[in-house]
Order: sequence, then structure tokens, then C-alpha cells
Amino acid sequence: MTDRDVLVVGGGLLGASIAWGLARLGLRVVVLDEGDTAFRAARANFGLVWVQGKGLGKLEYSNWTQASAALWPSLSDELKRETGIDPGFSQPGGFSIRLTELELQRGVDAMNTLQGQPNIARYPYEILNHRETKARLPAIGPTVAGSIYSPLDGHANPLRLYRAFHAALHKMGAAYLPDHRVERISHQDGAFTVEGPWGTMSAGRIVLAAGIGNTRLAPMVGLNVPLVPSRGQIIVTEKTMPFLHHPVGNIRQVDEGGVIIGESKEATMDHHRPRTPVTAVLADRAMRMFPIIGELNVVRIWAAFRIITPDGFPIYEQSRTCRGAFAVACHSGVTLAANHAFTIAGHIAQGEIPASLSTFSSERFDVSAAA
Amino acid sequence: MFRRLPDRQGDLVTFTFDGTPLTALMGDTVAAALLAAGVTRFRTTPVSGAERGPYCMMGVCFECLVSINGRGNRQACLTTVEEGMQVETQHGAATYSTEISA
Ligand SMILES: Cc1cc2nc3c(=O)[nH]c(=O)nc-3n(C[C@H](O)[C@H](O)[C@H](O)COP(=O)(O)OP(=O)(O)OC[C@H]3O[C@@H](n4cnc5c(N)ncnc54)[C@H](O)[C@@H]3O)c2cc1C
Ligand code: FES
Repeated sequence: MTDRDVLVVGGGLLGASIAWGLARLGLRVVVLDEGDTAFRAARANFGLVWVQGKGLGKLEYSNWTQASAALWPSLSDELKRETGIDPGFSQPGGFSIRLTELELQRGVDAMNTLQGQPNIARYPYEILNHRETKARLPAIGPTVAGSIYSPLDGHANPLRLYRAFHAALHKMGAAYLPDHRVERISHQDGAFTVEGPWGTMSAGRIVLAAGIGNTRLAPMVGLNVPLVPSRGQIIVTEKTMPFLHHPVGNIRQVDEGGVIIGESKEATMDHHRPRTPVTAVLADRAMRMFPIIGELNVVRIWAAFRIITPDGFPIYEQSRTCRGAFAVACHSGVTLAANHAFTIAGHIAQGEIPASLSTFSSERFDVSAAA
Repeated sequence: MFRRLPDRQGDLVTFTFDGTPLTALMGDTVAAALLAAGVTRFRTTPVSGAERGPYCMMGVCFECLVSINGRGNRQACLTTVEEGMQVETQHGAATYSTEISA
């Protein structure tokens, strides 16, 4: 117990970013993770650092997302400097392409409602018709109705980001233990003991960052992480010449030339094989947005589970009954990586999630909260 | 360079490589059929123009790219040969019929 301050359960995107943030502040951190075949959204995601459209019904989420997008350049610089690994971040502004007038109008209405919320930090965006969109994205198809553009949106290379976090963790002297699935957690005399087939380990503080595994672990330390099933599917094409220089909500061309496509949401946790009808819809929409995509060969397709709460907003919380136990969960771990590494890690190091973030407590899901 | 195993038999399929008719066994991949027919140069690289042929035969190295029925960048080792298929050497980068201007 003397040689470590914090146990982080889960070495995915949240676990790695928060563990690095804690190690940066001088805490001695141990990350316990599952093995190579685990469900790990960190290895399956789309890589957007995305602001536009988020925060309808919770303006704090918009502000929180904007704050992370603003911190991202420092995150990218620091990771690059520390590890030599470039997370491939750029923020050229992003487009949501709308295929029909109805889709465009829905997008416009949503942005109006979103930005009409009192106390929201308003950010610039533009509504573009077909011609205006074509002037900026010459490869769009003839039937695209228009788009919504926001200069805050960007993207990163998710695998390099993930590797950079792990390399930085290692450099800071934090221990990363794969094949250390945590089965049980107990709390006694101010110490948390985690247990698995591999043995046990204790520390005074614990952070639950186990992705979809959090739901099972949280109640062991008086926390609650309800999640809903959501499967996302991604298509990757062969590398081709650059034709798309901005991320589009569901399509982006990565720095190496491949195009990745994905906007599906299926309410299932059944299995993790891609389903052909979903692939067909994704591909059809992508080809209508950018006809060149229809000529590219697909090289990979995969499906993965999102970590998503019933209202879609994150959970950041300290246990009321077991002080020193924290839970973190969210569905935009790339976008929010800078907040997690800098801000959330700072709060956990201080031992308190501040009142300004209490809106992200899981107590909002308690039916009896008002009683 | 390559010889077929004696126990492999079956129906024959005819396809062309750069216009030359070749025969393959039904179920062959395009790469296997070409190699069995003595073809080792499948493409030239976009960078130096060097000649390339299949390396991994399992879809990961992308050395076996050819043009099939007019579409470039097809992995010969992952594509099953079909009757009448028109296979061509891929010279440099694939070309597309959609114009990309960006
Ligand atoms: C298809 C798809 C597309 C996405 N696109 C984007 C995007 O464009 N932009 C964006 O910002 N976000 C995106 N995301 C979301 C992002 O990937 C997640 O928010 C992020 O990965 C969540 O991080 P996490 O650490 O909570 O979960 P994960 O990355 O899944 O990591 C959880 C880790 O916990 C480990 N674990 C689980 N149980 C235990 C246990 N009992 N003991 C020890 N370890 C355990 C797992 O092995 C895993 O390593 C996408 C997600 C999906 C699925
Ligand atoms: S030979 Fe390697 S991908 Fe075809």
C-alpha cells in the first residue's frame, strides 16, 4: 500500500488519459486492464474531436465539450513532446452534411435550440446550401442539400492518441498491468482492495474507468454507472489521394489517405460482428455525400460498443459512502480526452469533483432523487 | 516458379491478364491463378515504378494489387477468379472515373 496512491481500473481511453494526468501531478498510479481481446472502444472509435450539435438539453455538456476542444492543442503538443508520437490532431473545422432539405432544416432547428439555451457559451457556425458547401468541399455529390459548418470541430488519429497516452504513462513511471481484470472491489479502513484471478492489490484511492465494465463494478464502492446498449459500425476504405480536408460528422479521410465511414447506432449488445444491412446504409449515404467513395475498395469493417448513459451525457462522480472512489464514463472519450487528462485528473488528485460538475453526477438517474 | 499440387482438380475457368487468355481452377484466387500461370509482376509502384507481386497471400500487405474488370486497387489474393474476368497489371496509382478536385 505504500508504493502506490491510486488504482485505475481500465486502461482504455479514459483510464489511460486520467492515469497519465494523475502521474503528471506526481501521484503513483497503477492501471489494471483486461487483455487483448477485451471490448475496448479506445481501439475502435472514429477519432472525431467534435463540438457542433452537442449539449441539447444540457448546456453544461456543450460548454464542457468546447473546453476540451480548446485544450486539445496543448494535449497534442505535450504528448508529442513527451513521447515523440504524433496523435494526428488537427482542427480545420467540421461539416455535417445534410442529404435532404428536411435533414438540413432539422439540423438548423437543433442548432438554434442548442444555442438559444441561456448561459451556453455560444460558438460560431454557418449554414451552407449546396453551392456554398461545394465551394468548400468540391467532392460532394450533386444531391447534397447543404451542410452545417463549425470551426471548432477537428479530428485525431485514435490509435496513435491511445498509444501516445500509454507511452507517456510508461515514461512517467506509472505501472500498466494487462490481463488484470478486476472481479471484486472492497473498501476497508480507508483502503480499496481489488481482486482477480491474478491476485489482489490495494491503494487509498480508486478510479473506475472500465468502459462498459463500470456498470458491474460501480455498486461495489457505492457508485452507479447505468449504461444503455449502443453499437457503432465503421467502414475503412483503401488509401487514396486526398479529397477531403475537413472531418465530416460521419466521414473523414485520415492523414494516411484512407477514408473512414461511420454513423450507425444500434440498440444492441448482442454480438460484435458487423451487420451487412447497417454497412449498406452507411455506404449508401457516404456515396451520396461523396461519389468518389463508391469507387474505393473497402479494406475493413468493424463494430464496437459505445459507453453511453441513458441521457447520453458523461458521469464524473465520487462515491458518497466510500470516499476516494471515483467513476468516469462517457461516449466521446476522444473529444473529451484533454478535459480528462488535465481537468478531471486534477480534481481526482485534489480528492473532490467540484460543484460545477455536479450536473454530471449519476444521481440524476435516481428515481427517488426528488423525494 | 510455382507448380500446382497434384491432388487439386476441378472445373476450369478462363480469364484474361492484360488481354492474354489464361486458365485457372475454379475457386482459385486471382493471385494463385496468375502465379500458377507464371505471372509474378502484378503491378508497378506509384513511387519508384518498381515491379511488385504477391507477398503475404492473405490480404495484409497490398502488394498484389491489380485492376479487375476496370476497377483498380483490387487485392488479387482476396478475389476469387471468375469466368471471363479481365485482369490487368496496375501501373502506379489506381485511377478513378469520378473526378476528384480538392
Ligand atoms: C464506433 C465508435 C465510434 C466512436 N467515435 C468517437 C469519436 O469520433 N469521437 C469521440 O470522442 N469518441 C468516440 N467514441 C467513443 C470513445 O471511443 C469512448 O468514449 C472511449 O473509448 C471511452 O473510454 P473508456 O476508457 O471509458 O472505455 P474503453 O476505451 O472501452 O476502455 C475500457 C477499458 O476497461 C477495461 N475493463 C473493463 N472491465 C474491466 C475490469 N473488470 N477490470 C479491468 N479492466 C476492465 C477494458 O478492457 C478496456 O480496456 C466512439 C466509440 C465507438 C464505439
Ligand atoms: S498478397 Fe498481400 S495483400 Fe495480397
